[in-house]
Amino acid sequence: MTAAALETRGVSKSFGALAVARDISLTLPRGARRGLIGPNGAGKTSLVNLITGVLKPSAGRVLLDGEDITHLPQAARARRGLARTFQINQLFRGLSVLENLCLAIGERTGACNNLFRPAGSKPQVIEEALEHLAAHRLIEDALKPVRELAYGRQRLLEIAMALAQHPRVLLLDEPAAGVSSHESHFILDALERLDSDIAILIIEHDMDVIFRFAREITVLVGGAVLMEGLPEEVAKDPRVRAVYLGEEEPRGGGGG
Amino acid sequence: MAASKPDLAARARAAEFLLRRHRLRAAEALPWLAAVLAYFVFPGHLVFGSQLLIMVLFALSLDLILGYAGIVSLGHAAFFGTGAYTAGMLAARCGWTEPLSGLLAAGAAAALVGWVSGWFLLRYRGLALLMLTLATAIMLQELGNVRADITGGFDGLTGITIAPLLGRFHYDLYGHTNYLYALAVLFLLFLLVRRIVYSPFGQALTGIRENVRRMHALGSPVHRRLVVAYTIGAAIAGIAGGLFAQSNEFVTLGVLGFDRSAAVLVMLILGGAGRLYGAFVGAAVYMLLEDYLAKLSPEFWEFGIGLLLVLTVLFARRGLLGLLEDAGRHFGRGAPR
Repeated sequence: MTAAALETRGVSKSFGALAVARDISLTLPRGARRGLIGPNGAGKTSLVNLITGVLKPSAGRVLLDGEDITHLPQAARARRGLARTFQINQLFRGLSVLENLCLAIGERTGACNNLFRPAGSKPQVIEEALEHLAAHRLIEDALKPVRELAYGRQRLLEIAMALAQHPRVLLLDEPAAGVSSHESHFILDALERLDSDIAILIIEHDMDVIFRFAREITVLVGGAVLMEGLPEEVAKDPRVRAVYLGEEEPRGGGGG
Repeated sequence: MAASKPDLAARARAAEFLLRRHRLRAAEALPWLAAVLAYFVFPGHLVFGSQLLIMVLFALSLDLILGYAGIVSLGHAAFFGTGAYTAGMLAARCGWTEPLSGLLAAGAAAALVGWVSGWFLLRYRGLALLMLTLATAIMLQELGNVRADITGGFDGLTGITIAPLLGRFHYDLYGHTNYLYALAVLFLLFLLVRRIVYSPFGQALTGIRENVRRMHALGSPVHRRLVVAYTIGAAIAGIAGGLFAQSNEFVTLGVLGFDRSAAVLVMLILGGAGRLYGAFVGAAVYMLLEDYLAKLSPEFWEFGIGLLLVLTVLFARRGLLGLLEDAGRHFGRGAPR
């Protein structure tokens, strides 16, 4: 029996009286495409932070490939193949796009432990960085500082950075947030080309994206799992509809 | 996926950039030429000149940790002072007068202090870190004061005699030997810092400065990287302190003082942090201005420095070197970065 790529068992987290996660148990097998939806403040980003180690759970466990990583720091989890993108871009804004990617690759391969070799002396790193840039059509912007990049391009770079980590599990926190509609298809294209072996959890408010991309959906409300199921089951569920009433109506099976 | 023609050209440009980024540029010879030229043009000012070179080295050590790794420190004199006292006391108390090994010992002692204090301090950032670095230097200064019988306290450590450099070159009243000694040490350590800055490790430091959250997410051992950078910066500051003690043959507890930590920070900000040569520009401007203003008005010279700092922070956020870079770009040629 092979272990799930990612598993949370009864993960809870409270800040004083505010519970951001209540007894959350999720299982993502290898190659999963899991959507995580819920109203604002449901605790979606908190769950990502709990899985990646930004937050320590008050109770429960997090397992990566069957290994208990609950007590590992964030960086150690990342080195084990757990990558994420951020809801708000977290890029090296003063560095060029190319240097951003080289850092992701350098930290993965351990090249960044070297103090004395010029950073540009390893052709493999350059080659790999260029491959990632080409795959995300960022090559024209390679030498531009990130802060000069259009917002949609920065969102693409967020994804490219996480992929340069060669993740086995990838958590996407609203990858298309704030991206104009004529740019969002670039993001969707990038998502659809993701390696089918990677287990992916995607948070997204845009229901078109969720229903096009996710094969299963987990609905989070008030820090707890309300339901879990196939997209069409979730779209039909009266509780989910009640939660979303007044917000955006899930358009059942819109593309999925 | 077949690459299109513009893609191939862009790829070539990108690869070229990475391959060339660390190469020496012609403009980088300028400060060194100026330093050698000064030796011949101002033979009467070499004592001042070697003090200037020592401060450049001290500011350079701060540039590695502040300008690149983004560690803001108000106690960098802790390492300068540790080095100064190590070299000074070895010569004055232990009779160890050989200068180069004294300098190495100064660097090693400061590195040890940097490593131990850094391991504790570098879990913190921002204001907490600022206060902790400040406290480290104050505590070291007080430690020296408590054992004034060994250190000489605020009256100073006297009786430092240094054997001829390499067993051949004696020190003269005009500071010829000391100037060249300081210049050689600065040059070697500059090459080391430059190498580190352009290494993948140096890139990781820049990454930590730019966005530490992303570095954690990328799996970077952030604390370890910071401690390594801090230790190297401390060692170099210690060597600067060692040079200071050897060339002046006198040390007081002032070397550990807040004044010195603040001065080196001001120099680096004036010159431009995170750009290697900012240390050269900043230390030179600061010390020349200090020298000139102190003659003009012995009591109020700091007003002039303060005014320049205010102007720099308001109108040249990237320091004087940043201004030069902008000017260079304006006139269509690249300046060193």
